Amino acid sequence: MSAPSVLEVEDLEVLYGVGRRRRRVLDGVSLSVSNGEAVGLIGETGSGKSTLARAVLGLAPFSRGRVVIDGQDVSKAKARQWRDLRRRGVVQYVFQDPLRSLDPELTVAQSIVEPLLIQGISSAEAHARARAFLGRVRLDEELLSRLPGEISGGQRQRVAVARALVTEPKLIMLDEPVSALDSANRVQVLEILKGLRQAGVGLVFISHDLGSVAGLTDRIAVLYQGELVEVGPTRSIINDPQHVYTRLLIDSAPTLRSAAAKRSEREQLRALLHA
Amino acid sequence: MAFVAGPDTESTVAGPPATAALLSVRDVHIGDRTTDREIVHGISFELAPGKAVGIVGESGSGKTLTCRAVLGILPDQLAVSAGSITLTGRDIAELSVKQWTELRGSTISAVFQDPASYLNPSIQVGPQIAEVIRVKKKVRRREAMDRVLELLRSVRLRNPESVYSQYTYELSGGMLQRALIAAAIAADPQVLIADEATTALDVTVQAEILDLLADLRERTGLALVVVAHDLAVVAQVCDEVLVMRQGDVVEHGTTADVLYRPQHEYTQLLIAEHEQYGLERFLDVPREERA
Repeated sequence: MSAPSVLEVEDLEVLYGVGRRRRRVLDGVSLSVSNGEAVGLIGETGSGKSTLARAVLGLAPFSRGRVVIDGQDVSKAKARQWRDLRRRGVVQYVFQDPLRSLDPELTVAQSIVEPLLIQGISSAEAHARARAFLGRVRLDEELLSRLPGEISGGQRQRVAVARALVTEPKLIMLDEPVSALDSANRVQVLEILKGLRQAGVGLVFISHDLGSVAGLTDRIAVLYQGELVEVGPTRSIINDPQHVYTRLLIDSAPTLRSAAAKRSEREQLRALLHA
Repeated sequence: MAFVAGPDTESTVAGPPATAALLSVRDVHIGDRTTDREIVHGISFELAPGKAVGIVGESGSGKTLTCRAVLGILPDQLAVSAGSITLTGRDIAELSVKQWTELRGSTISAVFQDPASYLNPSIQVGPQIAEVIRVKKKVRRREAMDRVLELLRSVRLRNPESVYSQYTYELSGGMLQRALIAAAIAADPQVLIADEATTALDVTVQAEILDLLADLRERTGLALVVVAHDLAVVAQVCDEVLVMRQGDVVEHGTTADVLYRPQHEYTQLLIAEHEQYGLERFLDVPREERA
């Protein structure tokens, strides 16, 4: 028996649009994430990665399937139940652009303590925790009084991570959290996330940077045109991809010592993919 | 200026004779006119036809400002305070607005990371690019349109005909970025500045765009200035690399020297950071050793 799941997604279907413009964005997607497990979600733009994250967060309605977070079936949760879930902070999120997860008019301190105050924790206690979590993401306390617009992009993203951590969630959905960061900040955020995994937090990590996915995750799920075409241990997906799209994806990435696979090889894969 | 090069490295600052270069950047300093603060403390490189120079370094190190200086589009309060930039033999400091208009697009062109701000949202994408071609290449409407469709296809936009008549808000970020790349190469520029131009693209699309640029370098002698935080992209594309930190060029040499035999400790740090989460670290068999 594997470790208990913090996330179970079963046979998920998401439709966008109405009438003739109706499109199936996710089709029969099933995925589970255990305590302390990091699962990478890769696939091209429009493959449904962000939609899956949004569906799990209750932000995209689904027409079929089930989502269970930390043992609680949220498939039919009403707005009130979602409010309660968010208040308890069981599931958190970090987006690519931290300005989307941080209120521009709140100071760093206010942003981090907000979820705690909503939980009814005293202001003194909340501020003490905010300082502690700022330390965990290796930011200086002097940033607490600044606004998001007054700090660098890398610092902002670490504040967004601190804010996500402060409620001690069981699950964090991360949608391209390091894509906009330079290499020093990228490594710092990835190391922080790695530490969370060890602390038993489940992570869903969406990224188009294969190196980050390979370095952070235990398993990788590959989405292609709304379907999960391959799920497996990170090492085998990276080294022995089975699906043609996964092969094309990995062969398209240059490395420090070698260019992407030759165009003729990629064209062969593309032909297979569209066959 | 700190300058480090491997013992077997030809100094590229002394590089090829100036007449061969499409673009010469010589000890360029960029400063803030309002505060007298200097932001870029001297950068030099030469770009010959068909060559690619990469600029790497942390956010705020001066990479993008250098690109903007070369294009003559520095923000209002900033200016080149010392040094010179020559484009096809002409000192850009002496260019009139009219001369700049003639050069932009057909001699030098650029793609930046933020695609939303460069195309007009109230005009369809195709006609905007066609207009560039009509004006710069003096061709008929019909021919310009065909050329745009060909360009949209070459940047791997799946449905060029429909993209042609769409507005920018109807395109995804990745599609818009590709449309911008198409617009940037539409008038066959001699120099293209690609500032994180493929960063936001899918890896599979990025591979196609890099191949397209490689084709243009070979076929038309297009020269590239590439700013990228992904060192693997720089390794694949560039002949030469400059490493910037806080406005200084700390290392400058061939791509192989800078990336595989870095001398400056900052370059070594950048490479260590890349390698910590670099794909090559997780491949059991390095790709270069694969059959």
